[in-house]
Amino acid sequence: MLELKNITKKFGSRTILNKLNLTILDQEILAIVGPSGAGKTTLLRCLSGLEKVDSGQFLWNNQEFDPTEPSKDNQITGVVFQSYELFPNLTIIDNITLAPRLVLKEDNSQALQTAKQLLHDLDLTGKEELYPYQLSGGQKQRVAIARALAMKPQILCYDEPTSALDPALRAKVGEIILQLKNNNKMTQIIVTHDMDFAHQVADQIFTVKALDFKKVD
Amino acid sequence: MNYIISIMPSLLSGAKMTLILFLWTLIISIPLGIIVSLGLISHFKIIRAILKFYIWIMRGTPLLLQLIFIFYGLPIIGIIFQRYNAALFAFILNYTAYFAEIFRGGFQSVPGGQYESAHVLQLTKWQTLRHIIIPQVSKIVIPSIGNEVINLVKDTSLVYVIGLGELLRAGNVATARDVTLVPLVLVGIIYLLMTGIASFILKKIEHSYSKWK
Ligand SMILES: Nc1ncnc2c1ncn2[C@@H]1O[C@H](COP(=O)(O)OP(=O)(O)OP(=O)(O)O)[C@@H](O)[C@H]1O
Ligand SMILES: [Mg+2]
Repeated sequence: MLELKNITKKFGSRTILNKLNLTILDQEILAIVGPSGAGKTTLLRCLSGLEKVDSGQFLWNNQEFDPTEPSKDNQITGVVFQSYELFPNLTIIDNITLAPRLVLKEDNSQALQTAKQLLHDLDLTGKEELYPYQLSGGQKQRVAIARALAMKPQILCYDEPTSALDPALRAKVGEIILQLKNNNKMTQIIVTHDMDFAHQVADQIFTVKALDFKKVD
Repeated sequence: MNYIISIMPSLLSGAKMTLILFLWTLIISIPLGIIVSLGLISHFKIIRAILKFYIWIMRGTPLLLQLIFIFYGLPIIGIIFQRYNAALFAFILNYTAYFAEIFRGGFQSVPGGQYESAHVLQLTKWQTLRHIIIPQVSKIVIPSIGNEVINLVKDTSLVYVIGLGELLRAGNVATARDVTLVPLVLVGIIYLLMTGIASFILKKIEHSYSKWK
């Protein structure tokens, strides 16, 4: 179970997130929605340690943790970026196995085996030796998912997973998210604009409110 | 033909000096350029300001002036270099500045998301540099570095002015002594050979980076 308690995040003097509280149960899919500029991406970046919060606590199974100082034995979050951010200089298989080898100290065959299983599950068999530029957008996204999963995170976070996809691929990533929930027991957080998609896949929907707008009203 | 054979040893020994200067400048300036470029994109304002000033001077004044300044100028205030050291020092200072600017551009054109995705995968700074950033920067900078390398082959002839016995001097001495154009033509051919070989090697390196985009 992940809990966010009184999370406050400011950029300069602008408060983006104000004393935000949120709980996600294991194996749950949480959709984070809200107007543009409300702070959805910011929330995800705080949770994945890319931004420091100004105050508040993160708890994983009632134990406080600092997302900006992850430990290799207990990777809480994995991230699938909106633009995927695959490493263009590495083949698909190397994109997936690089961190497990370097960070988790898995040996080659172990890392390869995990990666091949993931590629198989995500319908990417045969793409091992290609480079990211040789894949379609949807395939790149699935590689990004595989790369994040290979680090065995407790929670997988997505920023706008459907924004660059056509309707067929949107349905496919929806399926994958549900498959990860059912088969891999994955807890997942999805930031999205897409209310239909949120209703389709999520167990819980959380709305981030735009603070500045509220003040103006 | 006999004449050509008779002047070849002096030309080749000149070419050897040119080559030594060329190689040492590259071997030292490229790593230094990378370090300086990291300073240029660091968060330390003072370091950035100092490095920018250094680059401004090096790129804004002629290399010839820098050579003369170091070899003929500095002794006036008691700093004396051997000819060869003066030449190498001037070239390293000058080329490090150019390489640093090229690498700075390279580092800045790697999207921030690459660092962020490496960070969430828990790669260390060094692992990120080594496996993700440096390969991408290399691919970006190789064409510009290549231009500078070719320039460097030709710029080595500037050390003529401080009396170092390199290729151009060897040719000019022979021409003046024997009143014939042949040595200068040979010098031209040797430069063409050197720039040709350098271009060839650079093309090979460029090609090895062409399998990904
Ligand atoms: N690094 C930053 N520095 C300063 N302000 C920032 C920074 N990142 C985001 N902001 C501001 O924080 C607010 C929230 O941004 P965020 O990207 O989290 O919104 P969002 O809800 O994801 O919007 P969208 O739906 O358009 O993606 C915006 O007003 C944005 O301008
Ligand atoms: Mg966003």
